[in-house]
Amino acid sequence: MSEPEANTRRGFMGVAAAGLAGVMLAPGIRLIDIAQAETPQGGAKSTVRWGMLIDTTKCQPGCTDCVTACKTENGLTGGTRPTDPQWIRKIEIKEIKTGRTASVPVMCQHCADPPCVDVCPTGASFKRADGIVLVDRHSCIGCRYCVMACPYKARSFVHEDVTDQQPDVPRGKGCVEGCTMCVHRIDAGNKTTACAEACAKAGHDAIVFGDLNDPSSEISRRVREVSSRQLRADLKLDPGVRYQGL
Amino acid sequence: MRTPSQDRNFWLAAALGALITGVGLAAAHFMELHGHVVTGMTNHVVWGLPHVFAIFMIVAASGVLNVASVGSVFGESAYKPHAPLSALLCIALLAGGLMVLMLDLGRPDRVIVAATHYNFKSVFAWNVFLYSGMVAVVVVYLWTMFERRFNEHSGKAGLAAFIWRIVLTSGTGSIFGFLVARQAYQSALLAPLFIALSLAWGTAVFIGVRAVLSSRGGPESPALQRRLGRLLGIFTAASLYLVAMFHITNLYFARQGAFEAFILLGQGGGGVFALLFWAGYVLLGSVVPLVLLFHPRLGRKGCTLAASALVVLGAFAWLFVFIIGGQAFPLEIFPGFTATSSFADGAVAQYVPSLPELLLGVGGLGAAFLLTTIGLRLFDFLPADAAAPEGSH
Amino acid sequence: MARGLLLMLLPFAAAMAAAGEVASRTPQPVIERATKGAQCVADPAVMRRSHMDFLKHQRDDTVHGGIRGAKFSLKACIECHASKQTASVAQAETNFCISCHSYAAVKIDCFECHTPRKAARVAEVAQ
Repeated sequence: MSEPEANTRRGFMGVAAAGLAGVMLAPGIRLIDIAQAETPQGGAKSTVRWGMLIDTTKCQPGCTDCVTACKTENGLTGGTRPTDPQWIRKIEIKEIKTGRTASVPVMCQHCADPPCVDVCPTGASFKRADGIVLVDRHSCIGCRYCVMACPYKARSFVHEDVTDQQPDVPRGKGCVEGCTMCVHRIDAGNKTTACAEACAKAGHDAIVFGDLNDPSSEISRRVREVSSRQLRADLKLDPGVRYQGL
Repeated sequence: MRTPSQDRNFWLAAALGALITGVGLAAAHFMELHGHVVTGMTNHVVWGLPHVFAIFMIVAASGVLNVASVGSVFGESAYKPHAPLSALLCIALLAGGLMVLMLDLGRPDRVIVAATHYNFKSVFAWNVFLYSGMVAVVVVYLWTMFERRFNEHSGKAGLAAFIWRIVLTSGTGSIFGFLVARQAYQSALLAPLFIALSLAWGTAVFIGVRAVLSSRGGPESPALQRRLGRLLGIFTAASLYLVAMFHITNLYFARQGAFEAFILLGQGGGGVFALLFWAGYVLLGSVVPLVLLFHPRLGRKGCTLAASALVVLGAFAWLFVFIIGGQAFPLEIFPGFTATSSFADGAVAQYVPSLPELLLGVGGLGAAFLLTTIGLRLFDFLPADAAAPEGSH
Repeated sequence: MARGLLLMLLPFAAAMAAAGEVASRTPQPVIERATKGAQCVADPAVMRRSHMDFLKHQRDDTVHGGIRGAKFSLKACIECHASKQTASVAQAETNFCISCHSYAAVKIDCFECHTPRKAARVAEVAQ
């Protein structure tokens, strides 16, 4: 082959290759365009750590506003049979030595070092970037090891068929579930959980929800000012839920 | 050559095993269809009777391979001809135990997810590899025993199987040992305890199976039976020692006092667990077998078999106390406080085993029985003693 | 000769192309049309082949990343595709998801957990 011919052929191949690449890439570029155009909401950020502060001095025995709100928000039945899931419950405690009583709402404590995440064989139990501990029900096989591992009995196993789920809270038989800190509301930009909102609406103001990593948030101010503690702090799990008045 | 009566016995045994397994599978289907609400398990006792059966089978599977290990790894040549049967029982029991565990999952249709998504911090995830790998290692081990030109490698295969067993059984014990939340568990002692239990339970199963096979015309070896009986006694004593150390240590910790009173004295609603522990495990499952095996006036063949049966009974009693008692005792979320709630906080959880759970557990035993029966029919697992017909049962 | 045969096939090909949805001897699924919107988020041919992959990828973004309302959100699918009569994509046999999936005999378990009903309808039921 003489030089000019080879150059022409190479040149042609080069242009053809560029053209082919362009034709193949163009649809992909178009797809990416469309995806970005949608502006989806949410996105967990690791700079945030969601937490709660519960003032038990404001909790009345017999008041279950937070429990009812959670049930409505998440589509739970509200039943209390041993097989019914309970994401939050009120525990009435009495100190053995002194007789002092308190009424405490307990839910998933959203630990920074969650034992339920360590033991899950498929990784369905996981901690999100913003500190919320969740169950990915697509991967959950229902082995209940996380229920065994949780020191707070935060997780429930769904023992029977579920119908009439809330559209933002899919839940079904055979998987394990627990308090999600109303993650569907948080992701949509709502600043608080159903239980905190209901408690505030009823005027008790016992539950504060917010970003523990933001020094100017209300919850951060409060935990700096008042004495609060974590449940079973000796286990060093660093829960995101703190209690005042215990 | 097989006689017609041997053929008939095989088909009868296979039919019986298939029937029991089938009933177990039907029970599992019933549980999957309606959800676990049809069982006795609740949000407070999430692991019930199926886990008692499954963990017995898995731990015994590991231990029954010990007979082969004593031959291949520790060089006791008297045990070598019995290694193939030991390996077969290991595979059969593992398969039965895993069947029960997987069918009891909330979503058994997601076993593929379990096999493809791993969280390697979880001992369960490691167990997926350890259990399935155990079957593979034992198959290779069997191959070295059956294929004459590989016989020289059976020592290495036996060592691999032995090490794998230790890791696997430590993993099974650590399923519980790693749980910081519950007072019944959270102990490093559980891994070696499960190894001791596996040796005891596995030896008991092996003695029992051999006794049944000899009674139906299989090879007899009274000398081996005596040695196995002594081993059973040693392993039972070792298990009892470790269980005792576990509880004695707990008794020294004030914070464990209430739990120990619950299990050992039946205080606070633990009556059934205390009864099962002392009468079932300690007396019938450990002390009586030790007497039967070591008393100079006893120690005959019948005594060895009786001791084995009692050890297995004691195993189920101990597992019930360990697994279910450990969950029934309430979590201490507020130490120093009493607690009541709608979610059984502060209260001893009630658990009544249901029929589907029992059928599933027994179905697992049936599957192990069926696999053993078929295996014995297909291959020469029994030592070819003179005048002993092969593949019988 | 070969060219002649090809030419004979042309009118058939043309007729098939003209018919659009082919009415042949095999039964076709009866799929209710979507109630909202002029078109889907992607081509029907692309969706038929790949909707399961899109959903599977999207669900990880939602559950692990917290991103909601993105292109392949299941809730958004249901908003458009829910039946006018049942307000659901999986209740009756002609409803969108079930009609095609029962035709293709591909069992789905999405709706064991996800509600197949449109959001407004669920609010009604909850009251």
